[in-house]
Amino acid sequence: MNNGPSSEDVLKDLTSSEYKYGFTTDIETDIIPKGLNEDVVRLISAKKQEPDWMLQFRLDAYRYWRQQPVPQWGHVKVDPIDYDNISFYAAPRKKATVGDVDPEIIKTFDKLGIPLHERDMLLGKTSGAELSAVETSSTMAVDAIVDSASQKTTYRDKLAELGIIFCSFGEAVREYPDLVRKYLGKVVPVRDNYYSALNSAVFSDGSFVYIPKGVRCPMELASYFRINSSGTGQFERTLIIADEEAYVSYLEGCTAPMRDENQLHAAVVEIYVHERAEVKYSTVQNWYPGDKLGKGGVYNLVTKRALCAGDFSKVSWTQVETGSAITWKYPSCVLRGDNSQGEFYSVAVTNNYQEADTGTKMIHIGRNTRSRIISKGISAGHSQNSYRGMVKVLPGADGVRNYTQCDSLLLSKTCGAHTFPIMDIQNPTAIIEHEATTSKINEDQLFYCQQRGIKEEDAVSLIVGGYAKEVVQKLPMEFAVEAQKLLSLSIENSVG
Amino acid sequence: MSLLEIHNLHASAAGKEILRGIDLTINPGEVHAVMGPNGAGKSTLSAILTGNPQYEVTQGEILYKGRNLLEMKPEERAWEGLFLSFQYPVEIPGVSMVNFMRTAVNAQREYRGLPALTATEFLRMMREKRAVVQLDNKLANRSVNEGFSGGEKKRNEIFQMAMLEPTLSILDETDSGLDVDALRIVSEGVNRLKSAERSSIVITHYQKLLEYVQPQFVHIVYRGRIVKSGGPELGDRIFAEGFDWVKQEFEG
Ligand SMILES: Nc1ncnc2c1ncn2[C@@H]1O[C@H](COP(=O)(O)OP(=O)(O)OP(=O)(O)O)[C@@H](O)[C@H]1O
Ligand SMILES: [Mg+2]
Repeated sequence: MNNGPSSEDVLKDLTSSEYKYGFTTDIETDIIPKGLNEDVVRLISAKKQEPDWMLQFRLDAYRYWRQQPVPQWGHVKVDPIDYDNISFYAAPRKKATVGDVDPEIIKTFDKLGIPLHERDMLLGKTSGAELSAVETSSTMAVDAIVDSASQKTTYRDKLAELGIIFCSFGEAVREYPDLVRKYLGKVVPVRDNYYSALNSAVFSDGSFVYIPKGVRCPMELASYFRINSSGTGQFERTLIIADEEAYVSYLEGCTAPMRDENQLHAAVVEIYVHERAEVKYSTVQNWYPGDKLGKGGVYNLVTKRALCAGDFSKVSWTQVETGSAITWKYPSCVLRGDNSQGEFYSVAVTNNYQEADTGTKMIHIGRNTRSRIISKGISAGHSQNSYRGMVKVLPGADGVRNYTQCDSLLLSKTCGAHTFPIMDIQNPTAIIEHEATTSKINEDQLFYCQQRGIKEEDAVSLIVGGYAKEVVQKLPMEFAVEAQKLLSLSIENSVG
Repeated sequence: MSLLEIHNLHASAAGKEILRGIDLTINPGEVHAVMGPNGAGKSTLSAILTGNPQYEVTQGEILYKGRNLLEMKPEERAWEGLFLSFQYPVEIPGVSMVNFMRTAVNAQREYRGLPALTATEFLRMMREKRAVVQLDNKLANRSVNEGFSGGEKKRNEIFQMAMLEPTLSILDETDSGLDVDALRIVSEGVNRLKSAERSSIVITHYQKLLEYVQPQFVHIVYRGRIVKSGGPELGDRIFAEGFDWVKQEFEG
């Protein structure tokens, strides 16, 4: 277990409040013409050398999507998305075979701090308790995805020895078609919502994970998503299957260059958890948030859902959301197995004109199922930050427990924080607890820090970091450090 | 040059006038005790000196090391060696003492043109200073003041003082709530910092601390003014007779 990162180490690195990941990589890219129609869907499928069943899946999804009205938004304002002005497939060209990666891409990922070489990753100056432990090293397998295509997946062979499959979604379709067919769309049906249908039609790449019966994955599996090309959308598709008594911790990180345009990232993540298996899914989302005036930025419209299919299965979502102009995402748990458990830990930070509408759904179907929701919203500038959550208990679900804690911290007078908790409890034996707080940064804490010589902005970072700690410390070490940095960066110059 | 000069200081909070003309001069190396009945304005004085934005100076001036103190940001005052041991130390959940102190110490070093301490150097320093006030390692690894007992919080203030080695320290009732042993340890911590350059203002209601730290000057604050100043014998008289005679003298 980690004891959380040392936030002041992290703060030391911070010199600018600019988005650090906003560069572009000059690589030759294969981009298909803008617009969306059946031919485009066929073209994507052909580019990915997919079997016919996959193409049919896409076409069905496309035909359904085309007939759907654009959804009404929760608490976010979205400019209408012009699907004729987006290219639905872009892939770095030089890639011949797996393992043969354009050096520019390796450099890009180095710059982002993501190792694409298979050696132990040395952690920086951070440590447990916080400085007392020395530097920790850990291993992490990485699937690196640029625009629409996976570039490299590390440690595949080592994992394969245990029967673990960790590869790009595209490869999985070709190499493990039976597994993919068995599970694809089972947790998030094509017709679940507008964006799941769109994603099912045009999804580009993402990761595929299969952990066989009784296997504990010995390392963190990480997917790193990078949008590079302009005028494109990214449609990530990730499928994680944990067979009986399996365990895996999976991480997802994302960044994009700074651009004036709004880029679309519409992902679908499905997690299927069998009996007594456990999946931890962590996200540090740092898509380009747009500039100070709200121009540009990624539209992050995501459907993430886990199905606890087996008894005593467990899923835990942890997310630190700092990026994107608009975030619309509710990682959810369908607790079907008896005694299964779902957890959702979230920190969502919004600044300037960002809008985040995020939360979770816990659907209790099985008996004695438990869920826990900890949500921390931090809003600054002119941003809008909403928690939208649903706890649903079906009539047959006896002995359900849910605990929800939903805190909002306001760093400016011009930002908004909202909570929309929905409870739908159809079984009287359920014990549901809900706590919510809204607060401003505590002046006494701020002054106490300043009296000790801590600059105001650093004091705010420290205090906010402390506020978010309960969630951030759920992240694996590598990500916790990154998340702390991002938190401080996103709220810089934001108190007012 | 005197370290601190306060001239005709008037201050208010929430629209209410609290300080009504304080004059006080402190030279390097001096220890001043400040006494006075509850609500007299002692903590308000320390809040003004350290730049707490909840309080407003309405009149007067303060020179610290010859500079206009009131123009300095709170953190700059800290870097220049001003330290307040708070009467009510603040809890900061989720922020570990280690992080907090390291940020503070390195900010001060940066201001003074010194390189940041490495993790190892810093930990050594922590260990050393913790020993001075016998602060439990467990406390040092917890969040700032969170769940600390009253006495532990006070001890933690003195630990921070030892870390930052201030030029002018203000101890606002640091002795309140301390057990006998803790009082001795804290006083020793204070005495250890005494030097020809360093000064302190010790706000207290009790004799014991003054016996330990031996102030050369004692001031009585009443209704926002220093109504009486003297040597240690003034303190003795207050402890023997209370404040009534001062109040009468002042009002009469
Ligand atoms: N922030 C504030 N807003 C309003 N009134 C205040 C504020 N701070 C202090 N006061 C008032 O000013 C007066 C002086 O308070 P102060 O805390 O300075 O007293 P003190 O001398 O330190 O008392 P004690 O010995 O009880 O600590 C009191 O009447 C108090 O209620
Ligand atoms: Mg007081």
